[in-house]
Amino acid sequence: MYAYVARRILATIPVMAVVALFVFSLLYIAPGDPAAVIAGDQATPEDVERIRQSLGLDRPYLVRFGAWLWDILRGDLGVSIFTNLPVSTMIAQRIEPTLSLMVVTLLFAVSVAVPMGVVAAWKQGTLIDRMVMAFAVLGFSVPVFVVGYLLAYVFALELDWLPVQGYTSFREGFGPWLENLVLPAIALGSVYIALIARITRATMLEVLQQDYIRTARAKGVGQRGILFLHALKNAAVPIVTVIGIGIALLIGGAVVTESVFAIPGLGRLTVDAILRRDYPVIQGVVLLFSFVYVLVNLAIDLIYTLLDPRIRY
Amino acid sequence: MDRRSFLKATAAGAAVLGGARGLAAPALAQGAAARTLRFVPQANLANFDPIWGTQYVVRNASALVWDTLYGLDDKLEPRRQMVESEEQSDGGKTWTFRLRPGLKFHDGEPVLARDVVASLSRWMVRDGMGQMIRAIQDELVAVDDRTFRWRLKQPYPKMLLALGKTNTPMAFIMPERIARTDPFQQITEYVGSGPMRFVRNEWVPGAKAVFARFDQYVPRDEPPSWLAGGKRMLVDRIEWIVMPDPATASAALQNGEVDWWETPLTDLVPSLRRNRNLVVDIADPLGNIGSFRFNHLHPPFNDVRARRAVAMALSQEDYMRAVAGDDTSLWKASASFFTPGTPLYTEAGGEILKGRRDIEGAKRLLREAGYNGQPITVLVAQDQAPLKAMGEVTDALLKSLGMTVDFVATDWGTVGQRRASKAPPGQGGWHIFHTWHAGADCTNPATQIQIRANGDGAWFGWPKDDAVEAARDRWFEATTLEQEKAAVEQMNRELFRHVTYIPTGFYLGFQAWRRNVSGVVKGPIPFFWGVAKG
Repeated sequence: MYAYVARRILATIPVMAVVALFVFSLLYIAPGDPAAVIAGDQATPEDVERIRQSLGLDRPYLVRFGAWLWDILRGDLGVSIFTNLPVSTMIAQRIEPTLSLMVVTLLFAVSVAVPMGVVAAWKQGTLIDRMVMAFAVLGFSVPVFVVGYLLAYVFALELDWLPVQGYTSFREGFGPWLENLVLPAIALGSVYIALIARITRATMLEVLQQDYIRTARAKGVGQRGILFLHALKNAAVPIVTVIGIGIALLIGGAVVTESVFAIPGLGRLTVDAILRRDYPVIQGVVLLFSFVYVLVNLAIDLIYTLLDPRIRY
Repeated sequence: MDRRSFLKATAAGAAVLGGARGLAAPALAQGAAARTLRFVPQANLANFDPIWGTQYVVRNASALVWDTLYGLDDKLEPRRQMVESEEQSDGGKTWTFRLRPGLKFHDGEPVLARDVVASLSRWMVRDGMGQMIRAIQDELVAVDDRTFRWRLKQPYPKMLLALGKTNTPMAFIMPERIARTDPFQQITEYVGSGPMRFVRNEWVPGAKAVFARFDQYVPRDEPPSWLAGGKRMLVDRIEWIVMPDPATASAALQNGEVDWWETPLTDLVPSLRRNRNLVVDIADPLGNIGSFRFNHLHPPFNDVRARRAVAMALSQEDYMRAVAGDDTSLWKASASFFTPGTPLYTEAGGEILKGRRDIEGAKRLLREAGYNGQPITVLVAQDQAPLKAMGEVTDALLKSLGMTVDFVATDWGTVGQRRASKAPPGQGGWHIFHTWHAGADCTNPATQIQIRANGDGAWFGWPKDDAVEAARDRWFEATTLEQEKAAVEQMNRELFRHVTYIPTGFYLGFQAWRRNVSGVVKGPIPFFWGVAKG
């Protein structure tokens, strides 16, 4: 087991190297010029060129890639072209809101979606099942920003229960922290709930047809016991897989959610960096997200062993 | 329903409810909250060096932190700001300036003449007017702690305008140690002598910037007028809260989470106006001028007949309706390269943009220019609403002239890069792009790089025409308003004759603030002095 974990962690190194190469190359060939953005509309072409040179953007691909890689190996993500701040500082400034949003969304989505899927499977073909499935279709179909605007309109502007925008650090209290995250978490979680609820329902339906469920019923196990002790535990592996895959969905959705609710997180940092062609920031954030995703996959693989004793590494 | 309609509908509903609820709102906030002004700027303050980066948002923030020697007032006249007196001698070739007593930087150090010399030396490298002065400069020296002298090879009548103008980069004064930074490198310390200090440890680029009142600032005695007069701060703290989404900014303003929004989307203004807690007004009476820019290096627009053909078919009204909507109080057709309502405004030579549009004549002229159906590459930034709107009108216009259009829908960052390319349009270059120019920058020829026609040294498109340049030189030599007007009239004529580019019309934008905020004025920059809350 420990050897497996160590092997998997070591395997992240080539994965990250490929990601680094891919991201750097993609940005290199992508159109756009940070020097032109910095110089502004009134700058002459000569000014733009001078700025480009001062930023080292006129150097050949291999030289730039080598310098960047060398910095990465020394744990230095570089300095933002625009803010002149270290990328690691900018990420540190932004990581708490994004992590908070993702954790709250994850907890909220799983605690709502799994029971929904279980109940839908249990009540297959009934009105409840159809309502759950309709919600799932809606959750998939309605864009996050639309859900966000609607929530802000109803709960912030109409009812005045929650703020429209912003983020309050956890250090300033649990209440204010949560207050700012409720609406974004519901908006971002809507797709996620739909995904998990559908998978839970489908997997549960399959499990509920198994012989051991019939045996449990014959032995007189109650409905709750069958659903949550026998069926859900056996359906858990695909559900956990989807939850893990959905983390990528959350990362993507956070970009939109953070913009709609003006949360100063990594998603907005990424969008701003892309629009301005702030290459070091884009590279740093993408590397971070890739690393998180690799770790999440590892965590899921390890969770399998807890859910299914037959799985051993 | 598209996203835009959805936003409008949501905002409209919000305004009704927000306004109704506002009637029963509790008493205005007191204490610290009332001394903090929360402001939504036009864009993200991504860097904070007004010489290195020349975006308007950087200039606007910098005007709080760094002071200037002169400041433009609302009559567009440069007035003394940090300067106590100035004297011209040697037939106008030597300027001697004396600083006001008691000026201090935010680190407590006095502002000295050598700080000014270093700051102006850095500014001159990057600014158009500064470069002109630098070219004729003999010496710029500190005479004593409060006096500096500028000796030139020839008179430069526009000196005070250069030191007080609003267009970027402005001649901000920094401590010598900071001002010694290479003008093409960013400064790393943000110490000024303006009325507010930059609270660096609260700066989250892309999200928030904070400014705190500088207690040792000594305002002038005169009443404030734009960048001139006494800059008296009536709030202790200003928070710039960056909101990339206009619907969110609108909701936050209605909900009282922010106090002042610099640039509300025109689509959202009707709903904001219905909220009784809000005031909506024109942001800047000098507005903006849309621009249709040609590449003069490649066919067909290297031939003036092709450029003229487009001009005689172009309808400014079409452009302005697309950019600013159907409210005609917000825009006007303006056959001028200069800002309507300002002293030098003229429409001389602008007949080509007036009257019935001559599509058939334009087609004929295009044929004469040798246009043979090759694709016309139009760069259109989709992430800038006015540019997207102008690009779509241009697409229709060119097609109505029988031209083949290669419509390159991209983002502003890519336009910024590609417009610098002199390569043929089919090989990464371009034929046409759109932009807009702040009206405040188009009040005279000095502050407009886009009207230069000096070939390689000119702005993107690299137009070349000696008559345009000669008219510009005439303005710089002018010493009276009459002479200036005559030079600008000639310049407008030459620009239209040469069709250096085409102004697509003049339009205004809005600002909005909560009713408990007072002292907001209209101008090219959000002026925070004199603004109170509560």
